Amino acid sequence: MAHFDPNARPFSHKWMNERLAVDTLKRVLSTEYWIPKNINFLWAMGMVLAATFGLLLISGIFLLMYYIPDTKQAFDSVNHTIMGEVGYGWLWRHMHGVAASVVFLIIYIHMFTGIYYGSYKRGRELIWLSGMLLFVSFSAEAFSGYMLPWGQMSYWAGMVITNLFSLGSLDWQGLVEWIRGDYVPGQAFLGRFFMLHVLLMPLIIMALIVLHFGTLRIPHVNNQDGEEIDFEAEAEKWKAGLRKESKVIPFNPVFLSKDTFVLGIYFIFYFYLVFYHFEFAMDPVNFDPANPLKTPPHIYPEWYFLWSYEILRPFPKDPGLVAFGFAQVIFFFLPFLDRSPNVAPANRRGLFKFWFWILLVDMIVLTIMGKVPPVGIYTKIGTVAAWTFIILWILLPFITKAEKAVRGHK
Amino acid sequence: MKELKVLAVVVFFTLVTYWGVEPYAHKVMHKNVEEATFENFQYKDLKAPAKGDPAKGKALIATCTSCHGIKSQGIKAPMDPVAASQAYGVVPPDLSNAGAVLDEKFIANFIVSPTHAGLVKKSAMPGGMADAQGAADIAAYLKSIAPKEIKPKEAFEFACGRCHAVRYDKWTQIGQTPKTKADIKTGVDLALMDFKKKVGQYQVKLAEYLGKLPPDLSIIVRARSEEYLEKFVENPQHILPGTAMPRVGVTEEGYEKIYKYLEEVGDPSKPKREKVGPWVLGYLVLFAFLAFLWYKSQWKGLK
Repeated sequence: MAHFDPNARPFSHKWMNERLAVDTLKRVLSTEYWIPKNINFLWAMGMVLAATFGLLLISGIFLLMYYIPDTKQAFDSVNHTIMGEVGYGWLWRHMHGVAASVVFLIIYIHMFTGIYYGSYKRGRELIWLSGMLLFVSFSAEAFSGYMLPWGQMSYWAGMVITNLFSLGSLDWQGLVEWIRGDYVPGQAFLGRFFMLHVLLMPLIIMALIVLHFGTLRIPHVNNQDGEEIDFEAEAEKWKAGLRKESKVIPFNPVFLSKDTFVLGIYFIFYFYLVFYHFEFAMDPVNFDPANPLKTPPHIYPEWYFLWSYEILRPFPKDPGLVAFGFAQVIFFFLPFLDRSPNVAPANRRGLFKFWFWILLVDMIVLTIMGKVPPVGIYTKIGTVAAWTFIILWILLPFITKAEKAVRGHK
Repeated sequence: MKELKVLAVVVFFTLVTYWGVEPYAHKVMHKNVEEATFENFQYKDLKAPAKGDPAKGKALIATCTSCHGIKSQGIKAPMDPVAASQAYGVVPPDLSNAGAVLDEKFIANFIVSPTHAGLVKKSAMPGGMADAQGAADIAAYLKSIAPKEIKPKEAFEFACGRCHAVRYDKWTQIGQTPKTKADIKTGVDLALMDFKKKVGQYQVKLAEYLGKLPPDLSIIVRARSEEYLEKFVENPQHILPGTAMPRVGVTEEGYEKIYKYLEEVGDPSKPKREKVGPWVLGYLVLFAFLAFLWYKSQWKGLK
């Protein structure tokens, strides 16, 4: 039985401590949560993502007050009510739209940072896996959100993507109709995606963010050299006042001060986009109201889905779906396909160095080819890039198995 | 510094991706717009008319007023919009502002042959209503009675507003939606229902005439690029071959007025954006600077 001092003033430090262990919480979660000193600004991307998610949540709450999930009113509730009649509605919408796009840029930077520095190995597998679950959830959140303005691209992207569930030659039209709640996207479809976007997916994302933070606590974050740090010993040094000698810093306030500075720079970039360069995040096609009788000449997803869309596109129907499925899940297997025990920057890891940079360039090529019309030279480039992606992942275990130990590591 | 190198790599790949999916991809996708010519509303394919005489034009104007009104000269339209749409498919425009929005050369050519000047297969207005000289005189007359300055919305009403609605500004093809009051006991607004019925009757005839109902232009400035819109209005056939939309023949100045109106309706937050933006960015620069000082003080003596 815990001890409660009957004389402690309500809400005093002692009173709170007895009931909530605030000192312990603060120590474990912030002042004695140790971060390696040898890091660069890329280590702040987690905080940048958390902040961007916060922006999406807050702006989303304001938008939700005026959005109407009705196929006849949705378009005007967004483009007229929110954009023209609600005070600063335009600001919330542009913030929401731009953040939805930028959050994926940061996610990709965050992912490639992890791949580059090998931050998915040696006890950090669950960090990677929970991060991938977040990526998938954010994708579902983004896609469902894109349906809501009920513009031409909402409608037709919804049509094309739900059609994928007919699974090619299996021709499971029944499944497609079950998902849509109708033969074509309509009121049932919009209502479902509205629910997913404003309730179920945000709940899942928030739970996964907690899990993602949790997976980080025991293995700690990686560092620029992949060095294996004895966090307890280094923490003792710090506590003994050896700030210079210790290889670690406390999350609060030392790491946080740098995070905050990076956040400041990021916010300048982000709000510049919100005020002066938001068009990239709000496709013009979606400013035409949904019209089931008129297919837009070019149907494409938002930029962050383009690479996997392009892996689907150059192949015939069934192999294309298989390749698409492969692209969706393969990143989950990274910690197990990388057979090398080395935790080090890719540039020091022999063939993996080439694997990393080719993958990055290949995914950018896929992204660009996913947007341009599939004709002539673009189809050829897209096909080569799609095969390159698949072959890279098949080669990964062999390349890493043969990898020599990086100096300083067994 | 190493961090700046890392930043340079991140920025480089981000910009390449941006360039590929935005400017480059849009250039490829909208090649027809990019390649379409633009001549600043000069209508070089039309023949320059002989010099027109406004006084002679005035004498000829009765040819026009059997269908068109000219309110500024006290001439009423012979039919209301709905009746006109039953007869012609579309209401003939009131000509008071014609000279303020349209190119004089275009008007002269249009009177001789609406299909030739408008680049369409059929037109509700018959051709040959005057010979070349007469048409030039009428064009000169319309120019002479045009007001010096018209509002952006007036330019839109004359050139676009009889076929295109702008629901975010309550504009319909037959005019502004009137302010009406619903009956307090039942919530029924008979006057509004009457108006909506008229709009509906008009739209049905208009769609018969043009093959489809022309789109509402409320947020067309966000749905199409500036380049697309100006090239399309100058010569619709260059952008959408076979479209029923006629070349309207606006002057450069007239087009700018129309665009201004469409922008005010379609992008109403623009002035506010421009006002608030610098304050937000200024605040964040200050925030980042203070955060930088904090960071430097915390990391002092760590390395």
